[in-house]
Amino acid sequence: MDNIGSFILPITIFLIVIFGFSQKVKIFDTFMEGAKDGIKSTLLIIPPLIGLIVSISMVKASGALDIFTCAIAPLTNSVGIPEKTIPLMILRPISGSGSMAIINNIFSQSGPDSFIGKVASTMMGSTETTFYAIAVYFGSVNIKNTRHTIPAALCADFSGFLMSVLTVKFLFFRN
Amino acid sequence: MMNYIFGVLMLVSIICSVITGRLEALSNAILSGASEAVQLIISLFGMMCFWTGMMKIADKGGATTLLSKLLSPIMKYLFPDYKKSSGANKAICMNLVANFLGLGNAATPMGIAAMKEMQREKNLKGTANNSMIMFVVLNTASIQLIPTSMAILRKAHGSTSPFDVMPAVWISSTIALVVGILVAKTLEKRRN
Repeated sequence: MDNIGSFILPITIFLIVIFGFSQKVKIFDTFMEGAKDGIKSTLLIIPPLIGLIVSISMVKASGALDIFTCAIAPLTNSVGIPEKTIPLMILRPISGSGSMAIINNIFSQSGPDSFIGKVASTMMGSTETTFYAIAVYFGSVNIKNTRHTIPAALCADFSGFLMSVLTVKFLFFRN
Repeated sequence: MMNYIFGVLMLVSIICSVITGRLEALSNAILSGASEAVQLIISLFGMMCFWTGMMKIADKGGATTLLSKLLSPIMKYLFPDYKKSSGANKAICMNLVANFLGLGNAATPMGIAAMKEMQREKNLKGTANNSMIMFVVLNTASIQLIPTSMAILRKAHGSTSPFDVMPAVWISSTIALVVGILVAKTLEKRRN
């Protein structure tokens, strides 16, 4: 199972190239044409990424995470969400590397097969770095008014977190 | 909305660091954050060019047209603004499939290509249209067939069964996705 990920990438490229040859596409010329667009897109997402990443490093360094964890704990405890996963839920939508670091922490403290370890794994696996996607995608086309994107995406994230607790409880820790 | 979030993140950090006495760490984080961002961009740059190049080949070879035909029942509901064989439709399909297969590095460039096509075909001048919002919401709650990176990390920490959380991940992400779609659909009606 571990190797499936390493199969998918070569197979995808294989299929693309085969399709191209079968339609007599000039593969390299076409590739360069497309890759040139990649340069422009990368340049466009530099400003939003720098803004987002700097502000997130500030959040991580400031201790805000601890303060918020203490503040929200009574609320999440009453719904049955373990307290140790609060920093993960706060950081998950804004920083992929930050939430990875928290997962690492949880695994070395509680173990990956504990209740908290499994909940954290499921939370991480079932959600995405929401604000990164918003910044990159809208930044790449210079859209400033994102309308209802953020509320909808955050509702999705929150239901993903809640469902992670419920499904892990139901599937693995039912007594 | 990003304007408020950006400002609030920075203000809250500064206030919290005064309370916790971590002003020095905060200053360091500003410096390191900026260079961290540039490093990320550099690592993204190569993948971006490679995958936009591959996508162009897939496009000319007809792979994307085939994909968009297969996915057309879902696409019609989620992205009514874009017709079956439009460039935007094809790019969206490529991105969704890349996400599903866990090809994160490929999904982002394809997603950006999709946004560009959507913008070109229906431009609201700086404002996101309904389909763009739906697209970004799908990308923020995307479903992955095999959560490989999670499993690798679990194994590294000595998990006896690194893949056993898969059903929980599938259920949770599907529900998150459905909630995202429903909220997006509801809000787009209200604000139109």
